[in-house]
Amino acid sequence: MRKSLNELYKYRELLYTLAQRDIKVRYKQSVMGFLWAILMPVLIVMAGMLVRYAYAIASSKPLDRADIVGVAVKSVPWAFLVSSVRFGCNSLVGNSNLVTKIYFPKEIFPMAAVLASLFDFVVASAALLILLVALRTSWSIYLFWVPALLLNIVFLAAGIGMVVSAASLFFRDVKYIVEVVLTFGIFFTPVFYDVGMLGNKGKWLLLNPVAPILEGLSACIAHQRPPQLAWIAYSLGFATVVFLGGYFFFKHLEPAFAESI
Amino acid sequence: MSDCAVRMDQVYKKFRKGEVYNSLRDLIPALTGRMFRQQELSASDKREFWALRDISFEVKRGQAFGIIGPNGAGKSTMLKLLSRIMKPTRGTFNLEGRCSALIELGAGFHPDLTGRENIFLYGAILGMTKREIAARFDDMVDFSGLAEFIDTPVKRYSSGMYTRLGFAVASHVNPDVLLVDEVLSVGDQAFQNQCVARMKEVIRNGATVLFVSHNLKTISEFCTRCLMLERGRAVMTGPANEVISTYLKGPSTAHLLEAGSKPVAISKVRVRNQRGECARFESGETAWIDIELTARERSPKLSVTVYLVDNEGQFIFHSSTQRLGLGTFTLEPGDRFECTFELKLNLVSGLYGVAVTVYRYDIQTAYDRWDPATTIHVSWDEDVRGFANCFPKVIRQEIHKASEAASVAGEGAPPVPQDVERTG
Repeated sequence: MRKSLNELYKYRELLYTLAQRDIKVRYKQSVMGFLWAILMPVLIVMAGMLVRYAYAIASSKPLDRADIVGVAVKSVPWAFLVSSVRFGCNSLVGNSNLVTKIYFPKEIFPMAAVLASLFDFVVASAALLILLVALRTSWSIYLFWVPALLLNIVFLAAGIGMVVSAASLFFRDVKYIVEVVLTFGIFFTPVFYDVGMLGNKGKWLLLNPVAPILEGLSACIAHQRPPQLAWIAYSLGFATVVFLGGYFFFKHLEPAFAESI
Repeated sequence: MSDCAVRMDQVYKKFRKGEVYNSLRDLIPALTGRMFRQQELSASDKREFWALRDISFEVKRGQAFGIIGPNGAGKSTMLKLLSRIMKPTRGTFNLEGRCSALIELGAGFHPDLTGRENIFLYGAILGMTKREIAARFDDMVDFSGLAEFIDTPVKRYSSGMYTRLGFAVASHVNPDVLLVDEVLSVGDQAFQNQCVARMKEVIRNGATVLFVSHNLKTISEFCTRCLMLERGRAVMTGPANEVISTYLKGPSTAHLLEAGSKPVAISKVRVRNQRGECARFESGETAWIDIELTARERSPKLSVTVYLVDNEGQFIFHSSTQRLGLGTFTLEPGDRFECTFELKLNLVSGLYGVAVTVYRYDIQTAYDRWDPATTIHVSWDEDVRGFANCFPKVIRQEIHKASEAASVAGEGAPPVPQDVERTG
C-alpha cells in the first residue's frame, strides 16, 4: 500500500501531464473552446429551471430566486460527476496501447480523467459565480462548507472512476451500463428537485451518496443554511469507502490488465 | 548492493488460453450454466499454457544482454515481465534502478498535440519529470531533426517523422536499465545508423541494456552475453556469438534427420581458418569451407554451390564447383564426395550465413539445400558499411577555401583543379 502510494507520488507529474493532455485535446478539437466546459452545465441548469417552472405552475407556488440558484448550484457538480465517471470509464480501454506497453501506476488514468473534468468544473463554476452575483445571492458563514462538500464529490468521482475503468477493461459492456446509470441517475438524485419536495419519503433519496452533497451545497449557497450534518457524515463515509475500496480493487486487478485488455 | 542490474530466478509465466469472457453478457450465462454442469469447470482449468518456464539469468550492471529466440519462444512475454507490465506466475524477478523501454515508439503520442507537447507527454509517460524533459528538450529535437515541425500537430507527421520523434524522446530518458525490442530496425538507413550510434552512446554511458529481438545483427553488434529462448525455456546462456551460432545452427539437426531420403545429401559443412574450425574471422581473412556429400542413388551432372547470406537473407555471394571451372561430377550409390572452397572474406562486419546446395544440371534440380549450414562472424575495426570491404584509407583531404579561390579569380585566372581531366 505504502509502496504503491510512493510510486503514485513519483509519477505525479504524469498525472498532471495526462490531465493536461485531455484538457488540451478537448479544447483543441472543439471550435467553441472554453464554452465546451459550460455547455453541459448550462443545458442541465436550463432543464432544471424548466422542471422547476412546471412544478411552480402545478403547485401554484411562485418560483423564487433561491430555487433557481439551488438548481444551478446542484447542476454544476452533477455535471462534473457525470463527466469524470464517463471519461474515467473509458480511460483504460481508450489508452490500451499505453496500458500494454509501458509501466506506470495505471490508476493515473481514471485520476487524470477526474482532474481534467475538475478543470471543466472550475471553468463552469466561474460562470456560475457570475450568475450568483447577477442574482445578488447573499453570503453566509456556511460557505465554508463548500470546499469540504466539493472534496467529498471529488473523492466519490475518483473512487467510482477507478472501479468502472477497471471493470470496463475486463467486461466491455460495463460502459453501456455506466452510460445508462449516468443518464437516468439524474432522476434519482435531487438535482432538479429538492428532497424536501417529497415530504418524509424524501429521506430515502438521501441514501444516494451524491444527494447529501448536492443538498448541502444548495443549503449553504442558495438558502444560507447549514447542511444536514448526519447525512454529510454518511456521504463522506460512503465516499471514503468507495475511494479506498476502489483503489484496492483497482490495484488488485492491475497486474492482469495487460493480459486482459 | 550487488553488481546485478537484472536478475530472474526460476521465473514461470502461465497464460490461460481458450474462452475468455470479456463482456458481462457472455459471463453471466456462462456462470449460471456452469453451476449446473460442474464437469465443465475442470475442463476449462486445463486450457492453460506456460509461456515461460524456469527462466533464470542475471545481467551485470553496464552489460548489454540479448534475448533471442524464434517466434513464439516467449520473447514478448519476457519483455512484458521485464518492463513490469505483467507479473510472473512463479519465481522472483529483480530490477535495480530506473527502467525504461525503447519499445513501441510513440505509443503515448496524441495526434492532435504538437511535437513539442508530445515530447513532454511521452517523456512523462516514460517517467521523466518536467524539469528533466526541459533540460534535454533541445537534444531530443536536435536528434529527431524535426526542429522546424516541432509546433505542428503530429497527425500531420509522416510515419518516419513519428518514429524519429519517438526514438529521440525514448533514447534520452537515461535510465539505469533500458529495454530495446525491434525498434532499431525502423526508419531509413541514415536514421538506423543514427539510432545505432545513439545506442552505443547509451551503453558507453554505463546503462544496462537488454535487447529482445530476432534481429541477430543488432544483438551481435551490441551484446556481450545472450540468452536463447525456445518454447518458453532458456536453452542457452553465454557469450553472444556462441549463442547466436547455436541459434542459427538450430535447424541444422533437422536437416540431417531428413537427409536420408535424398538421392544426394550434404552430410557435412565445416568452416575453418588456418588453425582449425572457426566461426569468427577478421575481415580479409581466408576461410576454408569443407563440404561432404553422400550419394544414395546414381546421380550425374552434379555441382556444389556455396552461398554467403547476410542478415536479411540476401545472397551476397555465391559460386559453384561447376562455375569455378571444375565441370560437373557423377556419384554412384554409396559414394562420398568431398570438396573445399577457399574464400577471402572481404566483407564488412556482421554475421553471415553459409549455405550450400547440390545441383543436378541435366534435370535442373537442387538435390539438397542446407541454408544456413553454419554462421560466421566477420569483424573489422574501421567503420565501413555496405557489403564488401574495400579496405579503404583516406590518403588525401584538402579544403579549398572559397575566399582564396575568389582572390585567385580576382587576378583573372579561373581556378581549374589540376587533377581533373576534362574531356570534350
